[in-house]
Amino acid sequence: MRKERNVDLQKWTGPKRPYDLVKELVIALVVVTVLVGGLAAIFSSPDEPAVTLQVWANKAPGDFITTTVGELAGTTISASYGPPYNNASEGLKLGPLKLQKMAGITIPVYPAEDFVVGPLAFSKDVAVLAAVSQWKATPSDQQGKWANDYASAIEKAGDPAKVSASQDFGPVPTMAAGLLTLAQSNVLDGLLTTTVTPYPSDFTKPMLFLADSGYFDELGAAQHLHGDQWGMMNETGSYPGQSWLWLFSLWYQVEPFKSSPNADAEIFLWIMILTAAFVFMPLVPFVNRLPRLIPIHRLIWRKYYRDNNL
Amino acid sequence: MSTMWTTRLRKATVEKFEPQDVLPDEQPSYVASFIYVFGVLTLAALFIIIGSGLWLTTKGAIWWHSSSVGHFVNSVHLWSVELFFVFMVVHLWGKFWMAAWRGKRLMTWVTGAIAFLASVATGFTGYLIQWDFDSQWIATQAKDGLNSVGIGSFFNTLNTGQAILLHVSLLPLVVGLIVIWHVILVRKNGVVPPLDANEIAGGTQ
Repeated sequence: MRKERNVDLQKWTGPKRPYDLVKELVIALVVVTVLVGGLAAIFSSPDEPAVTLQVWANKAPGDFITTTVGELAGTTISASYGPPYNNASEGLKLGPLKLQKMAGITIPVYPAEDFVVGPLAFSKDVAVLAAVSQWKATPSDQQGKWANDYASAIEKAGDPAKVSASQDFGPVPTMAAGLLTLAQSNVLDGLLTTTVTPYPSDFTKPMLFLADSGYFDELGAAQHLHGDQWGMMNETGSYPGQSWLWLFSLWYQVEPFKSSPNADAEIFLWIMILTAAFVFMPLVPFVNRLPRLIPIHRLIWRKYYRDNNL
Repeated sequence: MSTMWTTRLRKATVEKFEPQDVLPDEQPSYVASFIYVFGVLTLAALFIIIGSGLWLTTKGAIWWHSSSVGHFVNSVHLWSVELFFVFMVVHLWGKFWMAAWRGKRLMTWVTGAIAFLASVATGFTGYLIQWDFDSQWIATQAKDGLNSVGIGSFFNTLNTGQAILLHVSLLPLVVGLIVIWHVILVRKNGVVPPLDANEIAGGTQ
């Protein structure tokens, strides 16, 4: 009896059939071109205009003031972020591993100075410039007290415009109003992007400032883009977005990740483990046996098995 | 064994292939299923992605916001990416159920998986450079995950200049090279035979 070869390992010498690869590729190219052209013509692509600091300041001045005061008080997301922007916190942890801290402060951003105090030097209002001078001449604990007191008063009143003028918040209200004016007149956008050259390509500072706002957050929620709405996997409108990120977004929707303060780091590690398992899946026990256990291959190669009575 | 580097390189590469292996005009009889089309469909979609991407590149990053032709080309780029991933995922599942890594084809699977991951990264940077609300939102959301493990110190999603260069230069190069490697491995090792196949059963030996 002739011994069978391991056909998995060696060049196939059994029956063959004509197969025109080049023709297949050309036909595929024509079909996909027509398909893509049709989809593009019918569904187009989303183009929701970008939000600028000027738009934010004009459409939600109260929120702009509130966020500005939060930057001075050090209570916003970016003001309390940590690496790579600043040392306001250690950042997220993976058990004892502090990868965020270990990577260091490589993109320095100090929101009170970078978003508020520094840009206010370009104000043409003498009252604002005097307020900035008073702020700079004041010890940091007093600065914090003014900013926090004003933030509390805004929260209580519900709107900066409704805060009683009789209360003493030092130069903070004047500074916040001065920054609002700079933003509304489209000066602030340029000041936060043109730190190195007059032609910006790095939007770290204006975007961090904007992302601290309630306004930007509400825009995202309205477009079903929040983390608990499957987040950045979606796009504005009814487009499929980055649906291939579903496995990443999934873990933000379920416990224990959903409520973990270190969710970002934990999910990233978990995805790295899953990714390694995916890349080396042929070596993963049991999973690499599934194609034998669930015989979908009998459907794929049904003609071969039928023709050979296997 | 020659000591010449050129000879060694030729023996290790070109001489490993017969012309019939590089561009075969026949395949084993078992290559007879619609599932085999999805690898070629993925390649076709990739060609359209590259073509539309080059068109957008030559006109500049914000051209498509002010031109109806540009918006259409951007739409072609978007939908070719969507179809590219659909085709690739079907191709991938097909190869999984075929256990297509058998017979020293592990690297074919690995390069395919890495091509998928590199494509995800390329797609992600594409979403960062749209210069619209989508790119703003995605950049501010994604930064936290990257920062949390230290990657954000080197790749800043809010630095559009960095993202645009990664998207139009480095990452397409990575995807292109891995896909070429993947296709070479497929041609070199041939299409995996059916599970439990034997040539004798085909009645030819």
